[in-house]
This record gives sequence, C-alpha cells and structure tokens, in this order.
Amino acid sequence: MSAIPVVELHDISTRFGNKVVHEGLDLEIEAGEMVALVGGSGSGKTTLLRHIIGLTRPAGGRVKLFGEDLFSGGIAMQRQRRRRFGVLFQQGALFSALNVAENIALPLRELKLATAAEIEDLVALKLDMVGLHPDDALLMPAQLSGGMIKRVALARALALEPELLLLDEPTAGLDPERSASFVALIRTLHKALELTVVLVTHDVDTLKALATQVAVLADGRIVSMASVAATQESDHPFIKRFFATAARRPTEQGSH
Amino acid sequence: MKVQSASAATPQLELSTGESSRAVLRGDWTLRRLSPVSTSIRRRLLDAGEHTAWDLTDVRRLDSFGATLLWRAWHGRWPARLNAPEACRRVLERSARASTLKLPKPAAYRLGDATAALGTWVFGCGEHLLAFIRLVGQLCLDLGYLLVHPGDWPLREISANVFKVGVKAMPVAALVGFLIGVVLSYLSALQLKAYGADIFIVDILGMGIIRELGPVLVSVLVAGRSGSAMTAQIGVMRVTEEIDALTALGISRTQRLVLPKVLALTFSMPLLVLWTSASALLGGMLSAWLQLDLSVGFFIETLPRAVPLANVFIGLAKGAAFGMLIALIACHFGLRIEPNTESLSANTTASVVTAITLVILADAVFAIATRSVGIPG
Repeated sequence: MSAIPVVELHDISTRFGNKVVHEGLDLEIEAGEMVALVGGSGSGKTTLLRHIIGLTRPAGGRVKLFGEDLFSGGIAMQRQRRRRFGVLFQQGALFSALNVAENIALPLRELKLATAAEIEDLVALKLDMVGLHPDDALLMPAQLSGGMIKRVALARALALEPELLLLDEPTAGLDPERSASFVALIRTLHKALELTVVLVTHDVDTLKALATQVAVLADGRIVSMASVAATQESDHPFIKRFFATAARRPTEQGSH
Repeated sequence: MKVQSASAATPQLELSTGESSRAVLRGDWTLRRLSPVSTSIRRRLLDAGEHTAWDLTDVRRLDSFGATLLWRAWHGRWPARLNAPEACRRVLERSARASTLKLPKPAAYRLGDATAALGTWVFGCGEHLLAFIRLVGQLCLDLGYLLVHPGDWPLREISANVFKVGVKAMPVAALVGFLIGVVLSYLSALQLKAYGADIFIVDILGMGIIRELGPVLVSVLVAGRSGSAMTAQIGVMRVTEEIDALTALGISRTQRLVLPKVLALTFSMPLLVLWTSASALLGGMLSAWLQLDLSVGFFIETLPRAVPLANVFIGLAKGAAFGMLIALIACHFGLRIEPNTESLSANTTASVVTAITLVILADAVFAIATRSVGIPG
C-alpha cells in the first residue's frame, strides 16, 4: 500500500491560449512527504495545484491521486476521493456568511455522518489543533486577522481527516513572526496526523523549515526533485537565482 | 490481495459481555472507513458497560473522528482498563483535551431581542434616510463644483453608462413593451366589442401606455436590470477596496461613480420610455388590426386626437424622475455593502425592492399632481 504514490502526475501539459505553461511534466509524491513546489512567478505552480485538486483539467496527461485516476468512477467515487484531501487556499476562502465554528463544521455537516454533539467536539478539537481559542468560534471571517484566517482555513481543511494536505502559499501575507509560528504549526500537524503535504511557496525560509523534498518547476516541467540540501547544490540557473536572492536578504535586513 | 487489505482496514468491534467484559477494536478507525458503518458502530459502542476492558492494540489507524466516537462512548472518562499503543493514546488525549474546551453558545433568541430588532430596524430606516439625504447633498455639491470646473465633467463615464443602461436595454424593453401592448389590446378588444365601442381602443391604449404603463414598465425593468447591477458593482468595489483606493487617490467617489450613473439613467430613461411606449403601441395597433379590424392608418390618425400631447411630456418627466430615483437608490445601497457575501445579496435585494416600491409610490404622487393635466375633455 505504501508503494503507491499519493500524487502522480504524468506527462501533464497545460496551455492558456498560445502560452504553454506545462509541457511533459511528471511528478510523483510519496506518502508522508512534505513536498514544496517552487518556481518563478507565472511558472504555473498554482495551476498545477489546481490540477491536483481537480478544479482545472490539464490539456494532456494524467493526474492520479491515491493510485486512482482523478476523474475516474461515478460521482460518489469522485466525491469520496475529494474528501481524502484538504486544501488551504491562498486567501483562506472562508465562507464569509458563516462564523468560525460553522466554517469548520460545514464539511462534517455536509457528510451527514457525525451527530451534532460529535461535530461540536470535533470543532473544538480542530480549533485547539490549529492553536485557536474556543472563544474565537463565534467570530465572523471579516473580524479575523490574516494569521487567524489561515488557521481557521487550515482547521476546515483538516475537518474531514484528510490524508493529503495541499497548501497554496501558506505564509503569504503574514508577518515574519506569524509566518514562523504557522510554519511550526504545519510541521507539528504533519507529524501528528501523518499527513502527506504539498505546498506551493516562494518563501525560502518556509521551504527550508518545512520541506522534506523540493520540486522545482521551471521551463514547464519539474527540473529537480530532491531534498533541500541537494536542491541547493544544483546548478540549474533558476535554482541558483532562487537561493541566491534568499541568501542576500538577511544582510539587507541587518543593514537597516 | 486488494480485497484482503480492504477487509483489514474495515473498523471492527468485538464485544464480549459478562463478568470480564472486553471490547477489542480492529482495523482503521478513521472517518473514511467508519462512514459506511458509523451508525451501527456508534450503537454497539454504547452497549459496552462501564467496566469493559478496552483493547486497541490491533487498531491500525485512529483519527480524531474515531477518537471522538470512543471518547463519547466512554462518557468523557478514561476507562479503568485500557490497552492502547502510544500513537492511539496520543490521538485520544487530543480528543480528551478538546472535550474539556467548551465552545461558546450563540445567545438564545428572546422576546427582548425581538423588541430590540424592531427598534434597530426603525433606527436603521432613519439612518438610511439620513445617508440617502447625505448622498443627494454630496451630489448637489459635486454638481456645483462641476459647474465651476466644466473641465472635470466625467463625460466618458456618463457615456459608458448611457450605453450600458440605455442602449443595451433597448431590445428587452422593446420585446416586453410589444408583448404587453398586444395583450392589453387583445383583452380590451374583447370587452369593447361587446359594447360596439371598438374605436375607443385607441383612447385606452394611448392614454394607458403613454401616460402610465410605459414609464412604470420601463422602471421595473431597469430597476431589475441596471439597478441591481449598479448596486452589485459598487458593492464589489467596496469589498475589493477599490472605493478606498479612489478616495486615497483624491478622486471623489460620488463624482466618478455615483454621479455618472445617476445622470446617465436620468437621461436615458425618458428615451427608453419613449421607445418602449412606441413598441407597446405598435403591438396594440397590430393586435387591434387583427382583432377589431381597425386599420393601422386609422389608429395613427386618431391617436393624437385621443391623447393630448401633455401626456407624452408627463410620461417623459416620469421616466427622468424614476430613472434618477432608481440610480440613487442603487448607489445608496451599493455604498452600504460590507465585505461579505450575505451583505452583498441582502443589499442588492433591498436595492431592487426599494427602487420598485418607491417608483410606484412616486407614480402615485405624479398621478395626483398631474390629475388635471392632459385629460381629454
């Protein structure tokens, strides 16, 4: 069972009009890994994530999740497959008409599986897991700070006990302190829940702190898939630039 | 092979009752695996007595849902005899910790709240009125400013809005007008025929459509079509902070957003009224021709005699007034939208409902104010 990769992309190609985004892209993600997907702006990182979620369909190639084709089977099968992964969208995508507790409870309610009392326990549990106070449960999304929105969205993504967690720019828009604590939270959850995590990021600190594997997206395909240390050694021009910019930054900050 | 692994994953509960009651759990106690059997498992878990020994050593996976099920079956206490591997124990500890956290309850609804809600509504109406007056006042100031600085007129925006609310509404307005004309003429003709008063169809259609039906019909159509669009547009601009950006750039939001819409609708509505009334009369004329054998030439010849010219001007004035009213209300509600989906839908609905209601109210005022004008004597 562990031999089957959780995510399997084979020969993916994507075009927007005449612009080629992905061409012959292959990617395999093993269970338990924390894979960071990096690449320049407009290199199609988020698009690739949307392919994995099934929000968009690539022009060519196959997307397999848990060893099955993403769009195979009937509606019930596809729905069940979707429940095996959770997504943290970049802006959180909380339902603005529902409060925090209702946002987290929504997937469980939709499933019509847990009783109201169980749902309440689970909501308290998820809130606790992402480091929020139970008193925050009645707040509306408009009243939350950026860091809290991410935490609530993460709690909602975890509501259905996913095996795979997809994070789109998890630390974008957070100040360094909040960003560091959110990174720590993701690492704890990854370990505690035995999750497979795919995260799109352009923040080198996040990447170094979290990733067990780095997949580098350049020229429309994955040019490197290795550990952080091995990726840093690579002499692909994009990877060199990517890490070089990050290495310069701390000294810049120090001069202020 | 695959079948075997699937059955190994199925959550199982072996319960032996009696003196030394034991519960042995096997398989994956996860949300996904529990979902087909959750009702029966939940019931059987409750059968276990207080002194049952729990054996979780054969559980392959336990997630928070499974742990919550167990914790509720244990009535929120650790069982005296529990044999669980470290991983399971950690998950259970999380559930145990969470069950001590109490989520705050939303306050219950009481009679006092209903009174308060009514009061809030009444004060809200007053506040709406104030904000509306403030908006109109701001527009007057803007107009005054533009009279002094003629170079600042937002002419492009006005022309774009005239195209959007006026020109693009023409096909649907013509279609609706034509059909209403046909129906009205057909129904009246049935009655008039009985009295042999066929030629009065011209008076009925002429007066009814030009003075009354045309303006109101177009207003309802435009309130639904353009009023809602204006509210939603300004609302989304508020949500995405575009309105704040305008203010920060030193651009007056009333001058750039509200004024062009109000002026455009005030100018285009009379034209739309004319257009719709004309197509309604055309429909009525054709229907009368087919139904009553009233020739088109006769209809056109009689129309000016049956309907004094003043009625056309009343219709146009109504159009301008209703157009201004619809645009003002649409912008007023648009500017009140808060950044959430609920507020967007509530304000858009309120905008259309208020616009139509006020248009009909204003129509009544017009009817009283002009009761001695343009009535054929």
